[in-house]
Amino acid sequence: MGRFVIRRLLGTVLVLFAVSVLTFLIFNVVPNSDPAQRMAGKNATPELIASINEEWGFNDSLPTQYVTMMKKIFTGELISYEGREPVDERIVEGIPATLSLCIGAAVIWMFFGILFGYLSAVKAGGWLDTTLTVVAVAGISMPVFWLAAILLNYLAYKTGIFPSQGYVELTENPLDWAYHLVLPWVTLAILYLGFYSRVLRSTMLDVMNEDYVRTARAKGLSERRVMRKHVMRNSLIPIVTLFGLDFGALLGGAILIEKIFNLNGIGQYAEEALANFDLPPIMAITLYGAFFVVLFNSLVDIAYAYLDPRIRLGESAQ
Amino acid sequence: MSAESLLSVRDLRVGFVTEGGRLQAVDGVSFELAPGEVVAIVGESGSGKSVTAQTLIGLTRSPNSRIEGSVRLRGAELIDADDEELRKVRGEQIGMVFQDPMTSFNPVYRIGAQIAEAIRAHRPETSKAEGRERAIELLDSVGIPNAAQRVDDYPHEFSGGMRQRAMIAMALALEPDLLIADEPTTALDVTVQAQILALLARLNRERNLATILITHDLGVVAEVADRVLVMYAGRVVERGTLDQIFYDPQHPYTWGLLGSLTRMDRDRPERLPQISGAPPSLLDLPTGCSFRPRCPHEFDRCTELPGLEARLADAPSHLDRCWLEPERKRELRLVEGEIGLEAPAP
Repeated sequence: MGRFVIRRLLGTVLVLFAVSVLTFLIFNVVPNSDPAQRMAGKNATPELIASINEEWGFNDSLPTQYVTMMKKIFTGELISYEGREPVDERIVEGIPATLSLCIGAAVIWMFFGILFGYLSAVKAGGWLDTTLTVVAVAGISMPVFWLAAILLNYLAYKTGIFPSQGYVELTENPLDWAYHLVLPWVTLAILYLGFYSRVLRSTMLDVMNEDYVRTARAKGLSERRVMRKHVMRNSLIPIVTLFGLDFGALLGGAILIEKIFNLNGIGQYAEEALANFDLPPIMAITLYGAFFVVLFNSLVDIAYAYLDPRIRLGESAQ
Repeated sequence: MSAESLLSVRDLRVGFVTEGGRLQAVDGVSFELAPGEVVAIVGESGSGKSVTAQTLIGLTRSPNSRIEGSVRLRGAELIDADDEELRKVRGEQIGMVFQDPMTSFNPVYRIGAQIAEAIRAHRPETSKAEGRERAIELLDSVGIPNAAQRVDDYPHEFSGGMRQRAMIAMALALEPDLLIADEPTTALDVTVQAQILALLARLNRERNLATILITHDLGVVAEVADRVLVMYAGRVVERGTLDQIFYDPQHPYTWGLLGSLTRMDRDRPERLPQISGAPPSLLDLPTGCSFRPRCPHEFDRCTELPGLEARLADAPSHLDRCWLEPERKRELRLVEGEIGLEAPAP
């Protein structure tokens, strides 16, 4: 376990370094990204641009600029170009909304994804399986902005059942919090649910052909117990993998959904920053998101070792 | 059905619908098993021996299979038993051991827990601690050293031979009267094979455990079986006592199987004889005798399927499916390399 943690920590540092360098470089090579030009406005005099360049250190070499920016990110002194506000405050502000969105949606998609996948596999070939397959494929195929627009149109604008936008703090009013999040949760969950149920179904059908499942039947276990104890447990590894990757990536912000439902989370902040070529928040959010992806990858490996005793952390779990 | 019969199989037929069409994997298998008796079912891959064994406890039931005939365990019909009746028979009255001990245990649960699970499936009142205690006793009884510690091992921490011992322990957890062993030694190396066979023989002796042994290895059969069924392409082609099959085999397929054994009492041949050709596809069986295309003694009558009948006046329990005259068979066997002629049964 100790070796595993050390290796993972080293890996995390490397990944974050690579991600930050890439983001920084890409920003500096895309056209029309000169920050001084943008900050100075449309009719800027060359003197103004020169003074901005001087003040913000844009004249320094790229490596120097990079090091300065990284220092600021980790000391919390990062100021955005657009609006000149502290980036870390905006990110901290956005965390509750993004976290609420992701956790709620994950609960829904994991519950229904596993339920639908299980039922499909157990009743493979039957009408229930066919129905769930259609539902799953429809869910996978619908673009999130389209689905969100349809839900908003029918469940918010036309009927007023749900609010169309905004985020209410959980601490302020838990009911209102959930009420405002129902549509974003459902939209996001549908996106993943179909895929998860398909993956679970196919894994379970594979596992059902394993010798040990036949053994379980031969010793007189009920079909239900065979499915739940022997088939399910061995079918969870791909689901856990997917979940770790998807959930980790979502914590870095669900850009489209946050934007459509105006949740003011990290994703929406990222969208804003991208639209304005605002490098400091882009860097910070990218690192923040990458950190969760790497973190959840490690958690997935720990979950593997728990799910399958043949896997030992730090050895076969790469 | 005789009074002392434990298991009575009558005209068992198992068909499957596959992508290539309908096939008859088992085509009219019948046999009786007395308490404490060991019957071996012998044949090549695809002969239907494993399907026969698995069908006895309903493991081949599926929307794609069609199962006909009768399997009676102490008079109770199993073929049309519902799932719950069948569940009670599995493990409790009939234990089963499979070919590959590497894959027959669930890799994610401890050996002891998997044995205890079998017990608790039939005796729900058993506590976890009692189940574990019983698992230790069982592992000990099949010769797992240090069973009290090994009970908490995962399957991958056991060697192949130990796993097969543990499988046998699990199959015997509820003291069934019948053990079905489906190629129990095939995946093991030779020394371990011998140990497992010795274990099976001991259990048979000590517990009067009736056993159906599925194998393609006549050497294994010779060690433990009382009676033998030889299967080919879904049908029984010869059935008799161990001595009848080994000393007076009647079907050319049985000769082929016996002829391809290495023998300590003969000079080593240049090449080990083999049966030419491959088993026929069950989707495209020849008319008449299924062995006909591979049989060196085929003649015109073979296009008609011979019944499984007693053809020897002095051995009414010895049945076979071959049109050749018994006298002619004796001559042919001499020519073919003296298969099974010396040392007639006393």
